[in-house]
Amino acid sequence: MTDVITLSKTESQIIGIIAAQAMIDAGTLSAQTKLADLALDSLMMVEVVFGLEEAFDIAIPFNANTNSPEFDLTSIFSIAAAIDALRA
Amino acid sequence: MRRVAITGAGTVNALGHDVVSTYAALAAGQGGIGPLDMPDLDRLAIKIGAQVRGWDASAQFSAREMSLLDPFAQFAVAAARQAMAQSGLIVTDDLANRAGVILGTAGGGLSTTNDSYRAVYAEGKNRVAPFTVPRLMASAGASHISMAFNLRGPSFTTASACASSNHAMGLAFQMLRGGAADVILAGGSEAMLNFGGLKAWEALRVMSPDGCRPFCASRAGMVQGEGGAVFVFEDMIHARARGAPILAEVLGFAMTSDASDIVMPSQEGAERAMQMAIQDAGLLPQDVDYINAHGTGTAANDRIETAAIRRVFGKYADELAISSTKSMHGHLIGGAGAVELLPCLMALDQGIIAPTIGYQTADPDCDLNVIPNIATRRSVRVAMSNAFAFGGMNAVLILGRA
Repeated sequence: MTDVITLSKTESQIIGIIAAQAMIDAGTLSAQTKLADLALDSLMMVEVVFGLEEAFDIAIPFNANTNSPEFDLTSIFSIAAAIDALRA
Repeated sequence: MRRVAITGAGTVNALGHDVVSTYAALAAGQGGIGPLDMPDLDRLAIKIGAQVRGWDASAQFSAREMSLLDPFAQFAVAAARQAMAQSGLIVTDDLANRAGVILGTAGGGLSTTNDSYRAVYAEGKNRVAPFTVPRLMASAGASHISMAFNLRGPSFTTASACASSNHAMGLAFQMLRGGAADVILAGGSEAMLNFGGLKAWEALRVMSPDGCRPFCASRAGMVQGEGGAVFVFEDMIHARARGAPILAEVLGFAMTSDASDIVMPSQEGAERAMQMAIQDAGLLPQDVDYINAHGTGTAANDRIETAAIRRVFGKYADELAISSTKSMHGHLIGGAGAVELLPCLMALDQGIIAPTIGYQTADPDCDLNVIPNIATRRSVRVAMSNAFAFGGMNAVLILGRA
């Protein structure tokens, strides 16, 4: 339960975007959730990245061919950290 | 069934503005991919491409023609002129009704669309150029070629994304073979390499920021090109009777549909297209010497194409010469198959197989003989050209030595 309580605003927004794409209940996601566990296909991943860019007004260096080592899309937490770094 | 010869070839692409200069670049492994030169480059994430450089359309077309020709149609008409000149074909009144033109393009007049949208949306103008519609229609290239050479028979344009030109040439082959025409100018062109076109491709996240390296472990995606190629496809008896130069024979064609995914390729669909094309040509897999691969440089295509080739060719796969010349002329989208027929013709005619340039590191999932970086000499009797499009539309052509 502590995960839910300690979600940052960024993390909450990310969860909303990913839950909508994965068509799952946002309440089932936490900061520790790994994207690999959500069965997102390649089209969903591109939509997630687009959704994040629109929501946070950032440009994410994501390339579907290389899995973008420069922007860590592993988990909600890593995405939030990468977004905060981009906006810092 | 009738046999089909190729009696002329023409092209405009990033490697050259004609066949001779394109062959020279292909044989030398000299790529046409480089920094883009276009307005608003600072707003693009992808800043490289295989642009047609030094293209002075006004030297080739009158002011009247220029007002009617989007760059995609300029490339097609210029290529058709070269092909007709080489072929020496004269379209008499008798021949005209038995002569046509079939071209492939994925997007048609996208420069015109791009410029017109910019005018009305970005610049707030309330009118666009008077010939915006006839410039942007995807069949404009075929129409202009039909008018230029008095081709009054079957003429139209095919659209199947990156397989458009192979579908166009395959249909031309089938129509000639079946007797629906005696001559068909076939090929395709594309001019999507503009700000709007690149923005669309960027959004899909499959573009490489730093070069096209098909079948290489470090491959990072595709690089867009532009241009086109047009060939004179002709009934063999008709070609021989008039003493035409015969560059190659079209031996087989097949098309399949994956019916599975709008962007991810299917191994099964690619396999079936290659198998059926070999069967259509009346050949066996071991008769094929060279494959010009679809080889986009994306993670998925090159792995799946390799697996499909291994399945179709079995143990003979390791003896095949395979290259992706997209590493040099970029991905011409709907024009890809047309320009990629040129390295097939070069291999058949000159025994020179164009390389896959930019190759750095072996990928165990792409372990075929991809002729890395340097062209090789080999006697080629049969060449295959693959096109596996987004949306799962596959088209494979097989050519034989003249």
